[in-house]
Formats: sequence, C-alpha cells, structure tokens
Amino acid sequence: MRLVLGKIDVLGPSIRRFTLSPVSGVLPVAGAGAHVVLEIPGPGRVWKNAYSIVSTPSSASYEIIVRRVEHSRGGSAWLHDHARVGDVLEVQAPQNLFPPSRTSRRHLLLSAGIGITPFLSYLHVPGLSFEWHHCGKAEDAAAFAALLPETVTLHTGRNTLNLAALLAAQKLDTHLSLCGPESFMDFALAAAEHAGWPGQKIHKESFGGATGGAPFIVHLRRSGQSIHVGAEESLLDAMEAAGLVPPCLCRGGACGECKLPVLEGVVEHHDHYLSSSERAANDAIMTCVSRARTTEITLDF
Amino acid sequence: MTLILKPAETFRGDYTYRNSDEAILRFPFPFPENIYMYAVNVEPHVRGGPTAAYDAVFDIDEHYVGDMADRAITLAEDPLRCQVLPHMAEAEWDTLELLMESLSSDYPEHFTLTKNGDEWHWVNRPLGIDEHFTFGRRETLPYGPFEYITRQVQGDFSIQDQRDGTLYMDGGMVTSQADWSLNFDIGMNFHEWHGPVPLAHEAGVFDRALQYLLRLQHGKPVRRLNWTLTANPRLDTSPENYPMWGAEKAEISPENVGHRMCLRVEVQTLTRLPRSNAILFGIRGYLIRLEELARVKKWALRMHRVIRDLHPLIIEYKGMPRYRQFIIDYLASFDDGTVLNSGTAPEQDSL
Ligand code: FES
Repeated sequence: MRLVLGKIDVLGPSIRRFTLSPVSGVLPVAGAGAHVVLEIPGPGRVWKNAYSIVSTPSSASYEIIVRRVEHSRGGSAWLHDHARVGDVLEVQAPQNLFPPSRTSRRHLLLSAGIGITPFLSYLHVPGLSFEWHHCGKAEDAAAFAALLPETVTLHTGRNTLNLAALLAAQKLDTHLSLCGPESFMDFALAAAEHAGWPGQKIHKESFGGATGGAPFIVHLRRSGQSIHVGAEESLLDAMEAAGLVPPCLCRGGACGECKLPVLEGVVEHHDHYLSSSERAANDAIMTCVSRARTTEITLDF
Repeated sequence: MTLILKPAETFRGDYTYRNSDEAILRFPFPFPENIYMYAVNVEPHVRGGPTAAYDAVFDIDEHYVGDMADRAITLAEDPLRCQVLPHMAEAEWDTLELLMESLSSDYPEHFTLTKNGDEWHWVNRPLGIDEHFTFGRRETLPYGPFEYITRQVQGDFSIQDQRDGTLYMDGGMVTSQADWSLNFDIGMNFHEWHGPVPLAHEAGVFDRALQYLLRLQHGKPVRRLNWTLTANPRLDTSPENYPMWGAEKAEISPENVGHRMCLRVEVQTLTRLPRSNAILFGIRGYLIRLEELARVKKWALRMHRVIRDLHPLIIEYKGMPRYRQFIIDYLASFDDGTVLNSGTAPEQDSL
C-alpha cells in the first residue's frame, strides 16, 4: 500500500516520529506489537526497514518512531535527512511478531533505547497490567519522558536499574518481555536465567521472516534458463517473474509443494518441511523460502 | 449477481434441506484425484476457485436463513456451544469487525455496516436485525461480540490464541461440528485437539501445519478442505447428541443411501486477526445428498473411486465401515470407467 508522510515530529537529537496516512482508502488495523515494513529509496536499491506501530489500533494513520542509526547510510538516515512531509512511500501490510501475552496476569516490561516502541503500543491494550522499566541515554531522557506515562520508571544513568533485585521481587505469574539492543537483551536474559525465570514466561522482540538474502543465480536444467535472484526476492518469485510456473501452494515453507531437486550448489534451508537428514543431503530445495549459499545453484526443473 | 435466499429449510426432523441446481454446481467438491490421503493441503484463501463457493471471503448461500435458525435451536438447547475465555476480548471484536465488513462488502443487498467512529450501525435484512452499538463496549450488544456475529454467519468458528509456540482453542461457536466438542476442546493446544486423527501424526503433518499457522500473516488468510459423510443433512452431529444422529446412521440402507447419505465438506479458513493477533478458524460446512452430487458426472465417478480405494484407517476414523459398501454400490452404477481430469471443477455448466 502507498502511504503519505503527514507529519514529522522531532522528539530528540536523533529521534523522530513519523505519521503515515493512506493515499486512499483506510489503513489495516494494527494491534499491539505490530510493525510495518517501509520501502525506503536508496541509491541503486531499496531498503526494507521494519518499525513498530505506536498509534492506537483503529487510528486513521500509523505513527512510527525512528532513531537515526549512527553512521547509517540506510533507511533511518534517509528518514531523518531526506524525508519530507508529503513524500509517498510503499509500505507492506502490518504484521505482528511481538504481541503481548494476554493470558498473563502481570507483565514486566524491560526496554532500552529505541526498544521503547513496541511497548508504547502495549499501552493501548485494555486492562493490561504491567510494570515497565526503560533505559536510555541521558541525551534522550527528555524525548523518552515525553512518550511515557508517569507509571513507567526511566533509567538514564549507569547502574540505576538493579535487574537482579527487580526480577527477584516479581510474583510467580509475571511475564517478562524484553526489547532493545542485542547487548541489553543478552544481559537481561542472563539475569532472568540466573534468577530461575521459566523460559516460556519470557519473550523478546525479533523481527524476522524475511525471504531475502544474498543474491545468486539459479540454473534450471530442463527449462534451460538461468535467472538472477535478487537480495529482496525469493527464488520462487524470481522464477515466476521469469515467466515460469513452478509448483507452489503455501508460499511459507510448510506444505512441501514447491520442492525441487538440486543438481549442483549448496542450499541455505529456511523451510519447516524438510527433516534435518533431508537438509543435510542437500538434494532438494523449497523454492518459496530457501536460497543458495553458493553464488550459483542448479535445479532439475 | 444477487444472492437469492430460500425460506428456512430444516436440518433435523423432516429434513426439508435440498440443493438447487445452482447450489449443486457451486458445491466445493473435495477430491481432485482418485486417491485420497492426508496432506497439508493449505492454500491462500483468495477469491475465486473451482466453484462459486470460493467467490466471497465468508460465503453465504441459499440456505442462510434455515442454517441460522438451526444454530439458534441448538444454542437454546445447549448454551455451551458458544464459549469464549476472558482473555480473548480483543479477538471477539476483531471477529465481529472482520465478519461485518466482509458480509457488507460481498452482499450489500443483504447486509449494511455504517461506522461513525466507534458508533456502528449494522443491518442484517434476511434475519430482520437493525442494531446500533458502540465498538469495544460489549454492554451495547445483546450477546458478547463473538456470539453476536457468529449467530449471523454460516459455519462454525473458533478463535485461537497464539502463545508459547502453539495455538490454543480459547473460544468458539460450534453448532454444526463433525463429531467434536467445543466444551471438551476449549483451552486445548494444537496437538491436543488434533490428538485423535490417525496416520497424520506419523507423516509429521501437524508439526508442519502448526509451524505454518504460527507464521500466518495479517491480510493473507489461508484455507483447506476437509470432508466426512453424514446420514441426513444434519448440522448438529455433536458427540453430545450422538443418540439422536447415531440412530439415523443405522437406518442407512442400499435403498435410501442416495437420498439420505450426505457428503459434508468443510471449507476451513484461517485468518490472522489484527488487534489480538489471534487466528480466526472458520469451518464452513456444505452438505449435499449423494443423489444431488451424482448429477455431476465427474463427481459421481471420482467419489466412487475415492471411497472404494480408501485407506482402512481413514475408513475407520471417518466412521463409515457399515454403510461404505452401500455408497460404493450406489455410485458404481454411475462409473463407466471414464478417465477423469484432475481438479474438482464440475466441468459442466448445467445439470
Ligand atoms: S510452497 Fe509450500 S513449502 Fe513452498
């Protein structure tokens, strides 16, 4: 869908909020934890960046909050340095990989830096009972404070969050949710593990499920074609774009329909269909999600 | 094309349920090949398919009024056929929104939805309903939002909460089930409620299906077909009411099998719900008497071959050992040995 940039708010030195409205029609509803993927124009390529939606589920526009990544030449730099009100962007429909656990009576939310964003959307869930601690740099304190309700504890100095004590003080039915830089999550996970926290009561933000990867060339022995598979498309998409009709059904790596025999090259498996021994045999590929690890691969099709 | 609804037919007692010629030709026949075996036969639920039953996201057909009346009878006798666990409140509103939007855009002559912020106005002309309510406020509706809307849409529904790497059946409206019980399954996870199906576990079918469903994306619903055989066009074949329909099964004879025995097909749809991230599982059942089905030549032949060559364990699971031979004998009279194309389309425009 095509969305137009309606508003840009400067929240802090490197943090901005962008409002995106539909060019026409209504936006799909986006629930707590959902993200959108923005297609951001760059020199010679398109960046596909995922951002949490922080606005309420049925609002007329999406709001996202973006930190300018240091030394970035990619999407966040473009949004901060080049985006203008009125720009139109291609945006993929929202998906949700980080919904709150609704069966939990209590939530402990721990976030750091721009990891604040998914939890901002949790604030819209009716009746969610939570304790939230957010860690950030001093320079961002004002920006974060303006976004957070008073009940949230903001930590901007070193070592003001005593994680061990906080975890030890929680009731048994508390669910722990984490979002932030990898180092923060590793640290928090280790602390939770040390405190004996059960694994099924922890969840952390992870954007994933992309079909892209390094580009490669596929040779199709029987059709006599060689096709370039770009970084942002699946092998199946590339074959279809070349006018072929390879078998497929679910397009998600589960049904087994798109399996093709591999004659040469090494497969990078991303499906849920092949067993580990079938993967190791390297003689079949699920074209809808899997790719080549080698620069070229030859299939019997 | 405007959908013409029949006056209410009965799905119990005198069983006045019949399919018109159009209804027969739009039946979602389930067998693309002469041999049937379990597989993850999941595909994107996009508009358009081998018959007109696939034209709408949630299909309404000529039997609508009687179908909904039968649901109301079943619910009056047993209110536990509709249950929703408390943490599924957002999924209830998701379901109401999705179904109201689908019906009003696919069948504007029968259903109208007008929104003014959270103040909604819903009109269901076939059932004579005209409701003003506030979205998100359950006290403004006569039932909970999930029950309210699923009393007005054909097919059973359940809502599945996704957590801890699996799906939980945490709500449902189940009045036309093929011998399973919401009251028994509610709160169960994916592998628990699929427990009794033979063969499929060995093939790892359910593990793969679950992995696929956990990744089901917003805006990209999927569907699969399932089938069974039912004596008489009865919607409520619940375990609770087995004494009623079990006896009808025993009455099947070579003489009445064509008229009474029905193929029951479920078009099962799975849709990710946006607010709750739950999955709405729709089980839209279609019933056709064998004598109606046999008017489509390809289907009579195909069905004969499938039932004749069915795996013994599936025969047992589908509960048809006793009358299977009657069905085979009945359908054999149509089978002249013609080689059939694969696929399920009827390959004829009229009967
Ligand atoms: S299309 Fe289903 S596994 Fe690839």
